[in-house]
Amino acid sequence: MIKAMLVTSMILFAIAIGIALFSIIRGPSLPDRVISLDFIGVNLISAIAVISVIFNTRAYLEVILILGILAFISTIALSKFIERGVIIEHKRDR
Amino acid sequence: MKETNDVILHMVTKVVVFIILTLAIYLFIAGHNQPGGGFISGLVLSSAFVLLYLSFDVETVNSGLPLNFVVVAAVGVFLSVTTGFLAIFNGKSFLTHTFTSKTFPLIGKTEMGTVTLFEAGVSLAVVGVVVTIILGISEDV
Repeated sequence: MIKAMLVTSMILFAIAIGIALFSIIRGPSLPDRVISLDFIGVNLISAIAVISVIFNTRAYLEVILILGILAFISTIALSKFIERGVIIEHKRDR
Repeated sequence: MKETNDVILHMVTKVVVFIILTLAIYLFIAGHNQPGGGFISGLVLSSAFVLLYLSFDVETVNSGLPLNFVVVAAVGVFLSVTTGFLAIFNGKSFLTHTFTSKTFPLIGKTEMGTVTLFEAGVSLAVVGVVVTIILGISEDV
């Protein structure tokens, strides 16, 4: 029962990542693509958590932490690129 | 350019950087028996520095953290190669590592190896190279 639920959730995560990939390719503007990339990151984190429950191991928890950090930093970098035009400024102008 | 207000980003960064640094040190210590090690620890450390450079600017971070990352990479490579050559001076082959186990009063029996010094060098080299590359490709044109 639990195994079937976990496998079903994995299939749903795969479908969600496919939809987000379609949204990245189609998305008319850059913020749509940024939100879709962040959505893919969140879904990957959840899928890896479900995988670690299926395999009954704790070896994937560092992967979850590092994926969370990378998704956070990439979202900040892309939103700063949208807002300011540069990612790492040499000196703030205020 | 309109006035920007990034108080939330600055506050979140000041907290999250320490979480990332703690994760890097955990990954460094967990290596050699579990997933982890010097290379991954260096990548996570460099992601912490990149987050600092992202949310603040280069001059602010360099005034609080006066590190030349090219020198950091050079020190790391020097440390790694030195631990390799120490084995040659003792008559073993290159990069032969050794370890002992001692008993400390509070910690108990711990194993100490020279692999840790080698991994520290790898970690410093990775931090220096990655931060140098990212600062180099993000300069204003």
